[in-house]
Amino acid sequence: MNLLKSLLILISFSCIVSCSKKDDPVITNDPDGLTLVTTLTNDTHKIGLYTASGKLQTGYNEVYIQIKNIQGSNESNAGVTWTPLMHMMGMTHSCPASAITKQSNGIYKGYIVFQMAGTEDEYWDLTLNYTIGDATYTVTGTIAVSESAKRVVETFQGSDNIRYVLALVNPTKPAVAVNDISAVLYKMESMTSFVVVNDYTIKIDPRMTGMGNHTSPNNVDLTQGTGGMYYGKLSLTMTGYWKINLQLADATQAIVKGEAVTATNEGSSIYFELEF
Amino acid sequence: MFRLTCLLILFSLNVYSQDTMKTDLLKEVVIIHKRSLSDKTDKPLSSLDKYLEKSNMVNMVRRGAYAWEPYLNGMSAERSVVTIDGMRIYAACTDKMDPVTSYVDIMNLAKVNVHSGQSGSAGGSAIAGSIDLVRNKGVFGKKEMSGMLFTGFETNSRQQVIGGALTYSQPKVFTNLDFTYRHAGNYKAGGGGEVLYSQYSKYNVSAIAGYKVNEHSQLEASLIYDRAVNVGYPALTMDVGLARGVIASLAYIRHGWETKVYYNTIKHVMDDTKRPVVAIRMDMPGWSKTAGFYSSLKGSFKKHDWKANISGHYNKSLAEMTMYSNTPGEKDMFMLTWPGVLTYYGDVYGEDRYTLAKNWHVLVNGGVGVQDNVVDDHLGLESLKIFYPGMERSKVRVLKRLSTALNFTQAHVQYTLGVAYGERAPSVSEGYGYYLFNSFDRYDYIGNPEMKQEKSVSVNGAVFLHASKFSAKLSGSYFHLMDYIIGRPRPGLSVMTIGAAGVKIYEQLGYANIFNVGAEADYQFAGHFTWSNRVGYRRGSGEGVKNLPLIQPFTYSSGLAFGWKAFAADVNCNGAAAQDKYNAAFGEQALPGYAVLNLSASYKFSFGKQGLMVKTGAENLLDKKYTTFADWNRVPRMGRNVFVNLIWRY
Repeated sequence: MNLLKSLLILISFSCIVSCSKKDDPVITNDPDGLTLVTTLTNDTHKIGLYTASGKLQTGYNEVYIQIKNIQGSNESNAGVTWTPLMHMMGMTHSCPASAITKQSNGIYKGYIVFQMAGTEDEYWDLTLNYTIGDATYTVTGTIAVSESAKRVVETFQGSDNIRYVLALVNPTKPAVAVNDISAVLYKMESMTSFVVVNDYTIKIDPRMTGMGNHTSPNNVDLTQGTGGMYYGKLSLTMTGYWKINLQLADATQAIVKGEAVTATNEGSSIYFELEF
Repeated sequence: MFRLTCLLILFSLNVYSQDTMKTDLLKEVVIIHKRSLSDKTDKPLSSLDKYLEKSNMVNMVRRGAYAWEPYLNGMSAERSVVTIDGMRIYAACTDKMDPVTSYVDIMNLAKVNVHSGQSGSAGGSAIAGSIDLVRNKGVFGKKEMSGMLFTGFETNSRQQVIGGALTYSQPKVFTNLDFTYRHAGNYKAGGGGEVLYSQYSKYNVSAIAGYKVNEHSQLEASLIYDRAVNVGYPALTMDVGLARGVIASLAYIRHGWETKVYYNTIKHVMDDTKRPVVAIRMDMPGWSKTAGFYSSLKGSFKKHDWKANISGHYNKSLAEMTMYSNTPGEKDMFMLTWPGVLTYYGDVYGEDRYTLAKNWHVLVNGGVGVQDNVVDDHLGLESLKIFYPGMERSKVRVLKRLSTALNFTQAHVQYTLGVAYGERAPSVSEGYGYYLFNSFDRYDYIGNPEMKQEKSVSVNGAVFLHASKFSAKLSGSYFHLMDYIIGRPRPGLSVMTIGAAGVKIYEQLGYANIFNVGAEADYQFAGHFTWSNRVGYRRGSGEGVKNLPLIQPFTYSSGLAFGWKAFAADVNCNGAAAQDKYNAAFGEQALPGYAVLNLSASYKFSFGKQGLMVKTGAENLLDKKYTTFADWNRVPRMGRNVFVNLIWRY
């Protein structure tokens, strides 16, 4: 048994080693802990987009940007804005995206919330406008956005006729514990304009649908905190599949979307999923 | 020859009484006859559980045919300390499927010392009392080898018992070795209904070796390997694939000074693979490892007979649950049901028996234990913090106990009266259990690490009368428990177990009171007959709880034994009055009274130094279908059962 175990470990280890070898020229140049998603190129710069996973997915994505000039050195003093755009068959629209801030290591950081994945016919592109000194540059490139394995973003119309985008930020590594949960909430003002919604409450009711809709105690609904994000506490009593049923309450505590989980109602129409 | 036999019987009875009387009446000794060709036992190869059940102080709570939980003075196993030759062992099952008593076999043991309350509490702090399982061991002597082979068969569950024992002695060495295998299928309740999942198999090997270093001192090493497999628990929703205990010790004995180091490791694999229909498949293995020592010194000084004991032990209890989702592709659900709880326990204990005057003795004993519980596992600690956000990882408790008794002894009468104070820490389940399902009240239980220790003030008394042909004993005890630990429903919490009624959190009642009374009387007449009678009754209630659960109603037993030369026979009737003081919140219902009739007969054949005993009998002769207060989920007891025991001694 032990021999078998060690053998398995050995095999999987050697697999990891050999796999990483193939990718390794990319990895070594990446900023710490990040993986390259794609590189956007114009005549003057190569712009690397990075995320922790190396992918862009539906939901909340923390995106890191590295701007290199043709000589290969970092441009760490740029002012950057971005516009993600979905090209659908009959229309185009954008999605919630944060302002971009500069980090001390010369890398720029922001987040984008994709409501949907790209397909062959309908795709996302990203336009970056940036200024270095007095010069203004722009670059546009197609980006691949895949579907998250679990539901981590909800787009819906509230009873107040406002269209909202609600996305789970944390926990990215859920644990059997009281987890910090956070989310971003936007409303759609137009096809291209999304703004942070203030002073709402995001009510949570985590359930294990495979366990007779078991729930956990001592959860705290999300309220707005630093950076306009919403923060709360999420208790997960065991590993496995959790459905986080949601209700969105406006500043007057009126529910604009979602239903309470009761004996007769198994779940809300809006929810997040976690599995670990 | 006949006279000699009678004399022997009388003598052995005397020894029995002497032994019972020696310390105080608050102690009860369950003698396990030296696998002997004894006639006192109605079934020599029966389980330890059945032996213990005969003590008036003990009730055995039954979840199936195997591994019953000893309730001492009407209190659950958490409230007493069970030791094997003074060694502490922690069970590894979150559902109480493996009390300490399940890791030995009757063949390992010479006797069981049952102490009520704090009297003789050298094993550590407890409330209800202590049970020490004393193993059978040889003595140094002239070179000799003896042994026995035994086998038994029972019709009801097709139980087979087979085993043997070997004793070897020399002036400087002794060894004992025994092996027992038991295997039983499902048993049938009275009327013939099969009780599914009541099967079990058990292997037990025990060895003790002693070596005389010099005329003052000796070394003893011992080992028990106990392995139960495929054990069904009809009262529960799960069974046990494996319960394995390895119990080892090394002792150094120098006159009245004994020092022992020990280690034991228990692995317990609970699963539901044999159950065809379950809401969700799950595995719930548990592990418990204990290492400890004690050093005890006995002595006499003027009118004092004293004993001092220091002891310490370390335990780690870990149990986990994995549930396999019914939705394909979904990840397994995992939690720690015992979050890797470490127990560090150190204890100092002393007792003194002081002769006040002729016939009058006073016994005083007391001890202090320091217990530190630490939640070792990070995942486990974080899980519990869901319920107790401010919980500390470690909790230290000082546990005090003190007891005193006054004893009056005369030729034909003995009285004792004692008072005691004791404390205990919550058990691993009570303090740290995580969604432990109780199939009786159908609640999930969550431990509470922030509880105070439970305390008890008790009064014990007993009267013992004996004449040449008559003996009688009346004993009673009253426990007033403070901060009594009990699970109580907590509205608003969501059940984990599918189909559970709710969630209970361990809380503390302001008080609970438990009253125990028992009487025994034996009468010998017409030379060959002994008439033995026993009655017992308990009453338990608490603050806001009219009746504590699993409390014995009035029970009785009356038997007539006949012995003539090598022949012995026994007829016995036992039963209980209706149980109307039940705890509905615990899932109990009222129970009708019952009575059961048993018969047995034995004959000893002698062939020089060798002997063969044949014992046969019928239990529950009238095939009565019944269930008692001590039957978890009211699983019916065994119906008619005919047994044969053969013991060959050489």
